[in-house]
Amino acid sequence: MSERATGAPAPRALPAEEGGGGRASVTFIGMPRSFRENAAEAVRNDQLGRNLRKATHTIRGKRARVVEELPDWAELREAGRAIKDHTLRHLDRYLLQLEEAVTRAGGHVHWAADAAEANRIVTGLVQATGESDVVKVKSMATQEIGLNEHLAAHGVTAYETDLAELIVQLGDDWPSHILVPAIHRNRAEIRRIFRDRMASWGRPAPEGLSDEPAALAEAARLHLRERFLSSKVAISGANFMVAETGTMVVVESEGNGRMCLTLPETLISVVGIEKVLPTWRDLEVFLQLLPRSSTGERMNPYTSMWTGAVEGQEFHLVLLDNGRTGVLADEVGRQALRCIRCSACLNVCPVYERAGGHAYGSVYPGPIGAILTPQLRGMGSELDNSLPYASSLCGACLEVCPVAIDIPEVLVELRARARHPRSERAAMRAAGWLLGDQARLARAQRLATRLRRLVPRRLPGPGSAWTDTRDLPEIPEESFRDWWKRS
Amino acid sequence: MSTREEVLGRIRRAVEGAPEVPEAEIPRAYRTEVPCDDLAGLLAERVADYRAIVHVVPSARVAATLAGLVEGKRIAVPDGLPAEWAGPVSQAAATVLADPARDELDTVDAVLTGCAVAVAVTGTIVLDAGPGQGRRELTLVPDHHLCVVRAGQIVAGVPEAIARLSPDSPLTWISGPSATSDIELDRVEGVHGPRTLEVVIAV
Ligand code: SF4
Repeated sequence: MSERATGAPAPRALPAEEGGGGRASVTFIGMPRSFRENAAEAVRNDQLGRNLRKATHTIRGKRARVVEELPDWAELREAGRAIKDHTLRHLDRYLLQLEEAVTRAGGHVHWAADAAEANRIVTGLVQATGESDVVKVKSMATQEIGLNEHLAAHGVTAYETDLAELIVQLGDDWPSHILVPAIHRNRAEIRRIFRDRMASWGRPAPEGLSDEPAALAEAARLHLRERFLSSKVAISGANFMVAETGTMVVVESEGNGRMCLTLPETLISVVGIEKVLPTWRDLEVFLQLLPRSSTGERMNPYTSMWTGAVEGQEFHLVLLDNGRTGVLADEVGRQALRCIRCSACLNVCPVYERAGGHAYGSVYPGPIGAILTPQLRGMGSELDNSLPYASSLCGACLEVCPVAIDIPEVLVELRARARHPRSERAAMRAAGWLLGDQARLARAQRLATRLRRLVPRRLPGPGSAWTDTRDLPEIPEESFRDWWKRS
Repeated sequence: MSTREEVLGRIRRAVEGAPEVPEAEIPRAYRTEVPCDDLAGLLAERVADYRAIVHVVPSARVAATLAGLVEGKRIAVPDGLPAEWAGPVSQAAATVLADPARDELDTVDAVLTGCAVAVAVTGTIVLDAGPGQGRRELTLVPDHHLCVVRAGQIVAGVPEAIARLSPDSPLTWISGPSATSDIELDRVEGVHGPRTLEVVIAV
């Protein structure tokens, strides 16, 4: 099997536009096509399908169990939604408060309007230390801006330290899931990547490496150990920032986050402006919502919190806009900024499960990607234009979202704005009609599911215009509600 | 115009006319206190769920328990470890390094600390770099973390823990040993952080 046989796209990013304003951000090369064409390729790939199905179903079950344990889940979710909405409404005030608190605690705050500016700032900060290597904690914001590529172009090597990110980096590949970026790789593939590629990035894989997950994790530990202990500069993101106190919060599992946040002399955190929370107390909500939604654990193994420069470290915070204020201006779309990147919506999405993460052509795959990417990047390309159609509007994403983002609502709104053929517009109207009435939606889905067995991949009525041009089954085999009741 | 002003200006224009969500109206109907009559028992159960090693012992037996656990080993300890533990531990261990430098930390068998708060419902211990806990790297570099929780440090849920903690010092929330599920979603304990977490709960 070739290295690309999992349907992974070619391993290069279009460099983020230099200089120009606007919304520079990385598009995955190898997928200038529409979501449908990308997805069709993934659907044909059995290995990818099996990896994805196993992974998403496992994590889905875990999430459901730990969410059920909390009798006040609905109340936490309601609080989470309201805190985020309140913060976004007063985002200017909270960012200023955050800046003041971080500065008071000895940190430095930088503002970046777009990817190019953020990359310039970070690269300048790294160059000022005189170092040419940096360690990185998994961060979606830095992937979004193509930071590693920019650093490389300026002679700085960024070493990813999260196990999945390491697999992706060594495999010259793209992440395909928010939480488990190498979800499309199975153990045999990972073993091969480690065996073939570790040596060119540092310590080689141990002799006779097996494909046992424990052995592979041990290989990663050995590979990165020396680098952690000797690195002088680290780059991270953050899950939350507290305006009131200037505290940064990073949630992780492996300890690579703690290594990067604790050991280096200089720490640079690149964080989207929407990640701010007003008060220290707000963490009591989000530290319950995130781990249970994300890994399906009562709590993730490690959460680090720090305020400004601590234990002699130099700390820089880069606040990133890169299209977020454009999303904020959108009455319907702005709710996407509540997202805490838990990935629960990916794991329940019948379209994601079939299409895989790469089809979305962005660091934000799945339902959240389908609404966030076109808003962040604009709908100029065929791919971004087609993303709002990467959904059956079944509503599973909304039901699991810990901050109650109405993803179907935003999808329908974006479809109305996309430049798309007449057939898609007709289908869009059908979806809007379906969405207008929950009972009708359930009925129509059940009907479509039943029909699907007889006439695969065809919707009755106005839906057929859309399905005729799609070979992705956009109606789940089982309607979401039936599936939910059963499982 | 600076980028800061530009971004702030964009935000102000973006939210102009958006519906208000007053702070006072944020619904906080979730539980801020979880009733629990056996905090130590629940904590022990939940920590063990993460495949950490748990000992529940009477306070009077903590020192002896620790001595047994560190016997013959090379141990790192933070400054400010309570004298009633430090004494027996230094007698039992082969070597005790007080607040050692990083390269020495990588050579110890285990590190012994206290904690600031423990959360029973989630099986979490929280370190705040206070006395008896040390700098963050002290509990990160060694492969085995031995942590003592006193009964009075245990709270039921996350809100109670947040209320007790202060963000003025760096905090590390620890729930089980270092772990990953990155390979086929199979949970593996032990990647970069301590691969063994051993918690002694004093009741
Ligand atoms: S949209 Fe909701 S469910 Fe999806 S990643 Fe964001 S917070 Fe999680």
